[in-house]
Amino acid sequence: MSAAALSTLTVDSPVRNRGRWLANIILVALGVVFVVPIAWIVLSSINPAATVSMSIPTGATFDNFAQVLTFNQSFLPLWNSAIISFGTAALTVVVGILAAYPLSRFNMRFQRGFLYSVLFGSCLPITALMVPVYAMFVQLRLLDSLLGVVLFMAATSLPMAIWMLKNFMDSVPVSLEEAAWVDGASPMRALAQIVLPLMRPGIGVVFIFVFTQAWGNFFVPFVLLFSAEKMPASVAIFQFFGNHGAVAYGQLAAFAMVYSVPILVLYLLMQRLTGSSFALAGGVKG
Amino acid sequence: MSTIARSPLRSAPDGAERRRSGALRSLSRSTPLVPALILLVVFLVGPMVFALWGSLTNAALTGYRAAKPQFIGFDNYVSLFSDPDFWSSVGLTLSFVFFSAIIGQNVLGMALAVLTRAGSKVLSTVVSTLVVISWVLPEIVAAFALYAFFSSDGTLNAALGAVGLGSISWLIDYPMLAVILANIWRGTAFSMLVYNAALAEVPPEITEAAQIDGTNSVQRFFLITLPMIRRSIATNLMLTTLQTVGTFGLIWVMTGGGPGTRSSTLPVLAYQEAFKFAQVGYGTAIAAVTIVLGGVFAILYIKILKPEVES
Repeated sequence: MSAAALSTLTVDSPVRNRGRWLANIILVALGVVFVVPIAWIVLSSINPAATVSMSIPTGATFDNFAQVLTFNQSFLPLWNSAIISFGTAALTVVVGILAAYPLSRFNMRFQRGFLYSVLFGSCLPITALMVPVYAMFVQLRLLDSLLGVVLFMAATSLPMAIWMLKNFMDSVPVSLEEAAWVDGASPMRALAQIVLPLMRPGIGVVFIFVFTQAWGNFFVPFVLLFSAEKMPASVAIFQFFGNHGAVAYGQLAAFAMVYSVPILVLYLLMQRLTGSSFALAGGVKG
Repeated sequence: MSTIARSPLRSAPDGAERRRSGALRSLSRSTPLVPALILLVVFLVGPMVFALWGSLTNAALTGYRAAKPQFIGFDNYVSLFSDPDFWSSVGLTLSFVFFSAIIGQNVLGMALAVLTRAGSKVLSTVVSTLVVISWVLPEIVAAFALYAFFSSDGTLNAALGAVGLGSISWLIDYPMLAVILANIWRGTAFSMLVYNAALAEVPPEITEAAQIDGTNSVQRFFLITLPMIRRSIATNLMLTTLQTVGTFGLIWVMTGGGPGTRSSTLPVLAYQEAFKFAQVGYGTAIAAVTIVLGGVFAILYIKILKPEVES
């Protein structure tokens, strides 16, 4: 890493040293800019008198967490988030694997057209569609239904998932399956017993990728759900802020921490699976 | 595998029967695609069709006009295109995309990718971790953190006050600047990761050869490194553009599209028209325009990625 890295910027050593110092100074400045909003959340969550401005707490407290960690305030919304995210990720991965298999293994007539459509679908700004989706859900009677949210989110993450899964599947050699076919296994059996075990890390990456996106999604449940008891954490935190935010920044920050930590943990897990910090962006490049 | 499967179809000129069995096999092989097709057609193509059809009706949010909207032709588009709010929203969307994605995230992402390769290792790891955290955080949490940062009594004004500068009501006086800076903070990590990977693939021999020829590091960066990673730059520009066009939560939490409509980009305007003013047909027309705008970028993006589909 460092040898290749330095060569993009190196010159003879005195200049290199100067460049290195300059780089470090700019990095510190950028680091400060990036850390401040994050630090505000972390510090406010343990600050008994948090305000909208960042300040070093005079004493640490867990009162904010104790206040928000109630059934209605945190556990129910987090549970709803978990149901939506898990449902979306599971449905997307299963349907995505089924679709990726023929696309990866056979050469079909409509394949190119299908792949182009999938690619096209994966980069459309789907949030722009929320108003027509609402109008459509009125007709389908799917409004205020967790199932409706899961189905819609699965469909929107499917193009990217198919694309990523096909790429992971392409890297599993066909020769292993051919041996199974010769022995009389059906394509579905070969998929289940030979291909899937070999692409477990890839499946993990796609699952976490979709789960993370669903967990953080605000606009879709904000438009499609009404009942308080069905709201995921993203909408609950927004409504909490609308109701008490201006007076209870500490609680808001504590809630934000509880809601964010699972995502950060999953991201670390995904880094482990792929061995690089490029995890989320990696699938995009194919 | 693929050539084996296809070659009989091509080599047999009299193979009507074979073609039929080939079609049958092709059909049975593509059955696993069916669940995906159903989901995509109902929930992705469906809303797009609804967008085109709904934008031609006077659908309302509730009541009679919600259940049985009337066909009114292109009236929504006529009033949309003669609405100054719509054109200002188009302008706001374009400037939001241009300054936060195309300029902000890309330039800062590239700068971070280069700096983290040149700077000290510990510092680089710390800074890139912070940048990635701001991207991995849920959108709504990032939006609150940035709302607090830019609000009148927020950290930014406190810092400005500490160095003797007066405080500014960022979210009220400069709402677009605030959401543009917020989106740069939020999305730079993606560009940084893309450019980090791209720079790692530039063979060191080439830059070394240029160094021996007496070029300086700035020349090498602009004349050798950048042209070599131009495909990554093009894809990244498209992806960040498409992600930014659809931004809603960040703007909604920070400014709510306001004051007035001074930070209502197209998704925010569509939401306001449909759910605040109950003009679902009108909001749908805005959504249709946005999706067409996104579609144009998506086609450009696919053109760039074409070699990967063909392979």
